[in-house]
Amino acid sequence: MVGITSYGAYIPWHRINRMTIYMSIGFVNPAAIMPGEKAVANYDEDSLTMAVNAGMDCLSNVDRSKIDGTYVATTTGPFKERQNAGIIATALDIKPEARTADFTSSVKAGTTALLSAYDAVKAGTSKNILVLSSDCRLGPAGSYQEEMYGDGAAAFLIGKNNVIAEVIGNHSISYDFIDHWRIEGERFNRTGEDRFTRDEGFSHFIPEAISGLMKKYKLNPQDISKVCYPCLYPRPHAKMGQELGFQPNQIQDHMFTTVGFTGTAGPLMILTAALEDAKPGDKIIVASHGNGSDAILLEVTPEIVKLGSRKGIKKNLANRKDLSSYNLLVTFNKVLTIDVAGRGEEFFRTSTTILWRDRKKLLGLIGTKCKKCKTPQWPPQRVCINPKCGAIDQMEEYRFSDRPGKLFTYTGDMLAFSPTPPEMYGMIDFDGGGRALFNITDCNLDDLKVNMPMEMTFRKRWEAPGFVGYGWKGTPIKG
Amino acid sequence: MAEGIKDKVAIIGMGCTRFGELWDMSGPDLMIDAYKECMEDAGIEKKDIDAAWWSALYPMQGLSAIQLSQTLKLPYIPVTHVENLCASATEAIRGAAYALASRCCDIALCVGVEKLKDVGYGGLPDLRPPQEQYWAPNASGPGTYAMMATRYFATYGLSPDEGKRMIARVTWKSHQNGARHPKAHLKKAVDLDAIINAPIIAWPLGLFDCCGVSDGAAAAIVVRAEDAKKFRKDPVYIKSLQIAAASGEDMWYTDYDYAHAETGYRAGQRAYKEAGIKDPRKEISMAEVHDCFSITEAVTMEDLQFSPRGKVRGDIESGFFDLNGGLPVNTDGGLKCFGHPVGASGIRMTYEVYKQLQGKAGDRQLKDPKLGLTHNMGGYPPWSVVAVSIMGL
Repeated sequence: MVGITSYGAYIPWHRINRMTIYMSIGFVNPAAIMPGEKAVANYDEDSLTMAVNAGMDCLSNVDRSKIDGTYVATTTGPFKERQNAGIIATALDIKPEARTADFTSSVKAGTTALLSAYDAVKAGTSKNILVLSSDCRLGPAGSYQEEMYGDGAAAFLIGKNNVIAEVIGNHSISYDFIDHWRIEGERFNRTGEDRFTRDEGFSHFIPEAISGLMKKYKLNPQDISKVCYPCLYPRPHAKMGQELGFQPNQIQDHMFTTVGFTGTAGPLMILTAALEDAKPGDKIIVASHGNGSDAILLEVTPEIVKLGSRKGIKKNLANRKDLSSYNLLVTFNKVLTIDVAGRGEEFFRTSTTILWRDRKKLLGLIGTKCKKCKTPQWPPQRVCINPKCGAIDQMEEYRFSDRPGKLFTYTGDMLAFSPTPPEMYGMIDFDGGGRALFNITDCNLDDLKVNMPMEMTFRKRWEAPGFVGYGWKGTPIKG
Repeated sequence: MAEGIKDKVAIIGMGCTRFGELWDMSGPDLMIDAYKECMEDAGIEKKDIDAAWWSALYPMQGLSAIQLSQTLKLPYIPVTHVENLCASATEAIRGAAYALASRCCDIALCVGVEKLKDVGYGGLPDLRPPQEQYWAPNASGPGTYAMMATRYFATYGLSPDEGKRMIARVTWKSHQNGARHPKAHLKKAVDLDAIINAPIIAWPLGLFDCCGVSDGAAAAIVVRAEDAKKFRKDPVYIKSLQIAAASGEDMWYTDYDYAHAETGYRAGQRAYKEAGIKDPRKEISMAEVHDCFSITEAVTMEDLQFSPRGKVRGDIESGFFDLNGGLPVNTDGGLKCFGHPVGASGIRMTYEVYKQLQGKAGDRQLKDPKLGLTHNMGGYPPWSVVAVSIMGL
């Protein structure tokens, strides 16, 4: 049996009500009123950081040494050349012998990556492949797409043992349908006429893939517990399910009014939400949208009840902060060029030699633990920091990224540069030992208290011309 | 067996420029002005100088000893550039004192300078190397000391209001003293409520909790103690010169409380031993300490054993460290009001002790001081070097 053995998700903390966007820039397209809110990546997040955080959620209680592949699907990978999956695998402490691949250029790349992982495990060339999908797309200011697109990520582990949802099969279609596109050198998606996207593309491809799948596996709508497919427009979304013969309670919530359309991650985040409520024996269909569609049939197994708790969609959805102004949104995504006043103009030198030598430390948050006195320490040390020990070269690797801790001290700094002052940072005492200074993100200064529980989150740490550096920050444990 | 530096060297001349935002003066201008006053005070000529130590931290002044030797046209004598963060200037005096005590030279010059206002923005520039920038927070000076205030308040159960009031009283005193010094950067007395209600720079530190970012230079001429009286009747003798550098334990081992500076405590302990001091609170007449932030001065009073651990609030609020108190601290306004041109500060502290011991401190003059202490701190508490010197007549 081959299928999903674990899942995880990530939704950024900030949400913006679409009316807040409309009230600020609705004059550009007075008809562009969409319901609900959408999730917004913080200024220190992008599709790569969200993929890592979804991966962390998926890999809780998973032995990472058994992972032999990392597939990453995104249309918004920060690097055109330098594999995004390679950065992510290093951040997740996955062994270098594991295959890494980027799946990109279409928002159906998420389901395609999942199918490719399924094929590899089924063929026996890989045992466990981590599939991450994440997107952080931009529509021009004032466009429908600016309101439609949300940010988020989903993660699945595909394997043979302890399968919680078996992949039964799929039906895929591919068309060069030009409803939206982005060419080399452009930041924002361009789109064709909205009615063309909706009526000729969105409303056709998903039904075509799903009905093809149901025909292939001789299924009737009542055989299916939940059908999951992304939403670009709420009304056609409901209508296409109805026309396929599904009752409203068989159609998994599209998350359009809570998160927005998250590109490659969209259908897989909806699938994650479906799995959270699934029972053994449930049949689930997930279908993507983008230059065609992949429809995949899954059957939930009794193993699902044994999967430990994770943040998934539910906890991520519950942890939210309202973004009070459109100005913050366009500051986070750099659509607006803000004053950086001297300090913000000081670029870090991009030393590729240091980034190579220190890759496990910087990307993986791998520290050391003294074999003699058992003291964990970060940053990694050769000489033990325990004054009663001081052993030299008696260290073993010790991963801090998945360890919670307590906030030992902190401040909110108005002098240091931050796009959203104050710059928050503090010292974190990790449970089990180890203390270090980290930036703190996704909270208000007033939320911070000495001794409060903290966890680590993967973030953009610094930017230089033509480069972005990644690493870890602390954040209060929410929910 | 190490003997220590006590009574082996003496200061016979000192100079210090006005500190402040000196837009019309360059680093060399400041160095020359401090040197001129110092040479006149010592009554010596350039040809008498055997060796020199130059303290400067930031690259605005340029690097290497050549910056001093070319500026002053020193005739091919040995010159050393020292850097130990904000404690660099005391390190220059230490280098000169050790060379004199080992009889490798007879007359040594120390000059410290910083031309901070050429940076182009407020506060101090980032000094971290790339390997650290890649992971460590983009932390400013105020932020790193704010974390000590957060810990001090939490450790000793002070509410934010109580804590802020305590450190505001430190600042209030600095402004009282700074207003009395003609060379100080900030010469204005400020009332307590204005200090407490000032805009936050790094929580819980407000604008008035932070020292001035200043341009300035200071200089000293140091000789062996046995020669000192040949130059003047009132040389100031060095009783101890100690420095402690952080071990990493305070940064990464979870025993450290971040409510004190271990470096400050260790340097103080060693300095008292070297000078033969048993009860610093009683024996030290005055202290110039590194009050880069109000919380730093408060905690330093405990590190130097002037106040018991966790109890400094009583001494601060009773005025024990005021100009007319039991142990006056930062009688010239300190870093807070006299200003903090980083590479000059340790020598500026020494300048105030020197003038007080000689009875030349104007309307800040203390009655008959016997022993003065300087405490010069670089970095931030778990990543710091602290130099402590003690001087007497």
